[in-house]
Amino acid sequence: MNIFVCIKRVPDTSEAIVKVDDTGRGVDSSKFSFDINESDNYAVEEAVLLKEAKGGNVQIVCAGTQDADMMIRMALAKGCDSAIRIDDPRINEVDPLQVAKVLAAAIKGKEFDLVLTGCMASDDGNMAVGVALAEELGVPHAAMVKKVEAGDGKVKVYRELEGGISEVVEMDLPAVITIQTGINEPRYAPIKGIRLAQKKELTVLKLEDLGVAPEEVSEAASLIALENFYIPEVESKAEILEGEPEEKAALLAEKLVKGGLL
Amino acid sequence: MGNVFVLAEHRQGELRDITLEMLTKAAAVAWQTGGEVVAVLLGSGVDAFAEKLRGYADRVLYVDDPLFADYNSEKYQKALAPLIQEHKPELFMIGHTTQGVDLAPALAVELKLPFISDVIEINLVDGKLKPVRQFYQGKVNANFSFKGEPPYLLTFREASLEAGEPNKSGSIEKVASPLQEDIAYRRFVEYVAAEVGDVDITQSEILVAVGRGIKEEKNMPLIEELAKAMKADICGSRAAIDAGWLGHDRQVGTSGKTVKPKLYVAIGISGAFQHLAGMKGAKTIVAINKDPDAPIFSVADLGIVDDLFKVVPKLTEKLKELKG
Ligand SMILES: Cc1cc2nc3c(=O)[nH]c(=O)nc-3n(C[C@H](O)[C@H](O)[C@H](O)COP(=O)(O)OP(=O)(O)OC[C@H]3O[C@@H](n4cnc5c(N)ncnc54)[C@H](O)[C@@H]3O)c2cc1C
Ligand SMILES: Nc1ncnc2c1ncn2[C@@H]1O[C@H](COP(=O)(O)O)[C@@H](O)[C@H]1O
Repeated sequence: MNIFVCIKRVPDTSEAIVKVDDTGRGVDSSKFSFDINESDNYAVEEAVLLKEAKGGNVQIVCAGTQDADMMIRMALAKGCDSAIRIDDPRINEVDPLQVAKVLAAAIKGKEFDLVLTGCMASDDGNMAVGVALAEELGVPHAAMVKKVEAGDGKVKVYRELEGGISEVVEMDLPAVITIQTGINEPRYAPIKGIRLAQKKELTVLKLEDLGVAPEEVSEAASLIALENFYIPEVESKAEILEGEPEEKAALLAEKLVKGGLL
Repeated sequence: MGNVFVLAEHRQGELRDITLEMLTKAAAVAWQTGGEVVAVLLGSGVDAFAEKLRGYADRVLYVDDPLFADYNSEKYQKALAPLIQEHKPELFMIGHTTQGVDLAPALAVELKLPFISDVIEINLVDGKLKPVRQFYQGKVNANFSFKGEPPYLLTFREASLEAGEPNKSGSIEKVASPLQEDIAYRRFVEYVAAEVGDVDITQSEILVAVGRGIKEEKNMPLIEELAKAMKADICGSRAAIDAGWLGHDRQVGTSGKTVKPKLYVAIGISGAFQHLAGMKGAKTIVAINKDPDAPIFSVADLGIVDDLFKVVPKLTEKLKELKG
């Protein structure tokens, strides 16, 4: 089985203070820590598991700057075979359809059975690139997948729907699958793998190398525009308890018990 | 012109809530663009849905064909592409649901439509549609605009607003099915029900919910002790379930369960919209989180901004003391 897996480097903002920068269309990311996008990490694991079961190879595709190399090397260390990184500041990252076009250009014309992407990038949350990519490649797709059973020339996938129900779908290969978190248990990169990964091929390409006209994926060509960022006002009616941790805990306990909540 | 189309979403004999939410939003937009609200229904023998939809739409376009009994992205795309090209709505809305995200991006690529995903609000400024969407898991909002010519396509987030009351009585127009035969390359097989566990958290009166903030499985006893002192059942965010700390049946949120307990104590949970959707109906919500900007505080009644590892053991101790 020949598999492409698309991975993106994203900031972990779950505990970070996010501030809009001077341009009004970006955020100050100087204090963020970055790593592989959560669902992409599961996609990498799923690709490696499929390779281990069926043979073949796994190629990574990433659109990003050199900062992404560390993440790519970690995925290579887990058993992916080679990587393509598209490094071009002209790519308009705000438009998922343009990102999909770039990723598709890196895959088009090559032999593949499956393309795996994450179901959502945690920074822009579009949940769009994988499905758009399938359409660009002209192959069937299934989004939000929690289980993959690959057979001969086809694949059976379990799409996770609202309420935890699964929709089982069968597709002809090649196909694109967007992977949902929790589908497997992502491994840690083994030490030996990390050493081996340094020797694996990581090709860095520009848009021209892919035959993509830069204008086509530029901000000017996008059919949507990000006008400005703003910090949403959190309408909170919460009563925030003050004091030292022990005092706050005691206060909360009293409120719960005396308020008849417990 | 300025018509706003909404794709009705239904599954296993139920019209999904997102449909009426979108129609409510569509009515507000169409009122300003001077257009009509049009509901698009693809299904098999779902006259009752068409009837319901006409209460919210000026027109219902209804394709009634056994081939549309169950959702299938390929079939939906085959049906919707010509329909959009023929009717040229100003705006076409699809739910940002597991169905919508499986469909809309491909449709946008095929028809080269300006497309914005996961929209939470649609403003109209000088006659132009300005959708709002979020970045960084709700920490930043962004105003967007469409460029180029309509039709514009967007997916609309669930529970962004409450559906209004029916106040229209639109026409129902049956449209000939665009499919002559079944599509072969993607096939619907079956639905598999969600896992059932030992405790049904939808019935629990008191829930202690745990998130990624507890860091490691070995810290779970901290939560278990608290739950015992509160006589609560334990549930969690998706992150806690994916990590294997709790079974799937304990997940709260859009892809888990919707709970409405008397008391919900969220510990180390950021409050992603997918989580909030499953618990904001709780009577009293308590949040313990060290990040004062965590969205969980937007739905909380009582909050502690601090390190849970310092707060939770003390809370357990004090509760034991107070309850004897
Ligand atoms: C299609 C789809 C469906 C989804 N369905 C669901 C769903 O059903 N339910 C669900 O929950 N999620 C769901 N999610 C995932 C959701 O988007 C979030 O990723 C998830 O809810 C995050 O879980 P969390 O809050 O536990 O983790 P995080 O977002 O990582 O938050 C951890 C929190 O812990 C706090 N914290 C860290 N350390 C401490 C400490 N020492 N003391 C106090 N606080 C601390 C941090 O400040 C942070 O706010 C879904 C996602 C997708 C794409
Ligand atoms: N710049 C990128 N490089 C590689 N893959 C990407 C990139 N952006 C998005 N993806 C893939 O597309 C998925 C969905 O992203 P999104 O539509 O932005 O939520 C991600 O989980 C990745 O697998």
